[in-house]
Amino acid sequence: MKSKSEGFRTYEYLIFTVIMLCTVLFCVCLGSVSLNVGDTFKVIWNTIWGLPAPEGLSRSIIITVRLPRVICVALVGASLSLCGGSMQGLLRNPLADGSTLGVSSGASLGAVISIAFGVSIPSLPFAGTVVMAMLFAFISLIVILSLAYKLDFSLSTNTIILIGVIFSMFANSITSLIITFSSDKVKQITFWTMGSLSGTSYANALTLAASLLVFGTVILSLTRELNAFAVGEDNARHVGVNVKRVKMAVLICVSGLIGVCVSVGGTIGFVGLVIPHMMRMVVGPNHKRLLPASLFAGAIFLMLADLASRVILNPLELPIGVVTSFIGSVVFVFIFYRSRKGG
Amino acid sequence: MLYVNNLTVSFGPITIVDNVSFYVNEGEWLMIVGPNGAGKSTVVSAISQGISYSGSISYKGSDVKKMKPHQLARCIGVLSQNHNVSYSFSVEEIVRLGRYSYSPGIFSSSGDEDEEKINHALEVTGMLPFVKQSVLTLSGGELQRTFLAQLFAQDPSLLILDEPTNHLDLVYQKQVFELITAWIAQTGRSVISVVHDLSLARAYGTRALLMHQGKSVALGDIEDVLTRDNLKAVYSLDVHEWMRDMLSQWED
Repeated sequence: MKSKSEGFRTYEYLIFTVIMLCTVLFCVCLGSVSLNVGDTFKVIWNTIWGLPAPEGLSRSIIITVRLPRVICVALVGASLSLCGGSMQGLLRNPLADGSTLGVSSGASLGAVISIAFGVSIPSLPFAGTVVMAMLFAFISLIVILSLAYKLDFSLSTNTIILIGVIFSMFANSITSLIITFSSDKVKQITFWTMGSLSGTSYANALTLAASLLVFGTVILSLTRELNAFAVGEDNARHVGVNVKRVKMAVLICVSGLIGVCVSVGGTIGFVGLVIPHMMRMVVGPNHKRLLPASLFAGAIFLMLADLASRVILNPLELPIGVVTSFIGSVVFVFIFYRSRKGG
Repeated sequence: MLYVNNLTVSFGPITIVDNVSFYVNEGEWLMIVGPNGAGKSTVVSAISQGISYSGSISYKGSDVKKMKPHQLARCIGVLSQNHNVSYSFSVEEIVRLGRYSYSPGIFSSSGDEDEEKINHALEVTGMLPFVKQSVLTLSGGELQRTFLAQLFAQDPSLLILDEPTNHLDLVYQKQVFELITAWIAQTGRSVISVVHDLSLARAYGTRALLMHQGKSVALGDIEDVLTRDNLKAVYSLDVHEWMRDMLSQWED
């Protein structure tokens, strides 16, 4: 038996990166107005390097509307899949996700409160929502964990998920209540329950990228610990993992990422549930491979889902969550069926 | 090697383990025996820091409670009775986790010593042919040997086994206990195991702790603890005769 790297090899990263960049290009080209791939590439390329680009309608569509949106979608997809993958490992439960833990709903509530009651940070109007969403994601986490601790000292998987679901219903009801009373300020309820990334800007993309860089790095540095958790929490403790610290670190990073994603794009379900599932079939359950694969696949999947939401009922646009939930539930049933059959 | 003093574990008003004290020396195999609900498994989860307790547990003079998780794992290894692995990890990936405590940092990678220990553990447990196989496809006995291999790769000096052969048939039970006997024969090692089968305890143990309703009833050499009177007091049945009858099955 030779010593070998368990992680991704360079060529695997390369393949994923190429597919992802092709998807970006593809998604920028298509939409209510379809553009030529070559022209689009030229516009993006020239703009990146500061070269004179052909002026016109296509340039403004590409650079000011579609590109920031596609980038945001990719970053949200990557963040949500990373969250889902790490939670499924941490809780040893293939059904775990930001939504099952109640973090997404908590983040939504925070964002809605900040908009409805005008909580903002001077000179950074958007930051108020992000900070509130992250804060509420953290608060939900603490509430869920302390409740779980009260009921079950060992913080067992089932307890956390059960409390997460209950908390999520509670948070959703308050969110709906606030939206009903201040419908003039807050976006429609469908945005918070189904999500949308239309009208996102480069500033949004920057926020998403920064959070993914910070929290994603922490999560990706804990792949061995997540492997141990995925085998079993007791087993993780027995082999010497600092169980409580790792759990805290992962949950904090997850709520940070979800907080940012929710404040930018609302609650987009199923991405974090389905993508790691699919990737586990392709690259196996080892988080050294699973998490990087989920990162790329999540980005690609959500970009395609967003494209579908833009073109299916052109010129009308569907909330992205409608597409992800539709595709997601079909794929999920398929996966579930296969795993039950012993595949 | 390991000293447990006045160990008490309570869940709310219920006391599961009541003021139990015992010790294990190097080279000894301590069997914790007693009927269901005696608090045996609770004692071992307290030693591995799985539950909160009062009293003191010290390993070679240092308080186990104050040890860092990876330091503790290098000294004390645990084999549980059940493994519900829900993802298709390979045998090798499971065994490799046993080396975690030797390089808990972020950037550490496995060295030659790790590979050697992993290989050796796979070999002695007979799991080498299954290296790449998914643990979901293994039988109960193979799965238990996989986790035993993980434990051997972890290479602690004290093994804690919580009913390690609970669901295994006689052949596998014997296999696992023979492997542990070979392991303990090396210097500086000892084993604590919770065992239901008294004949198994009698055949492999050197000392025993007999528990009943959370209290320690007897502690000492195996033949002094598993006496007719002691067992009758605890089980209120003549299990002693039965134990003697079954003893021969463990002998070659």
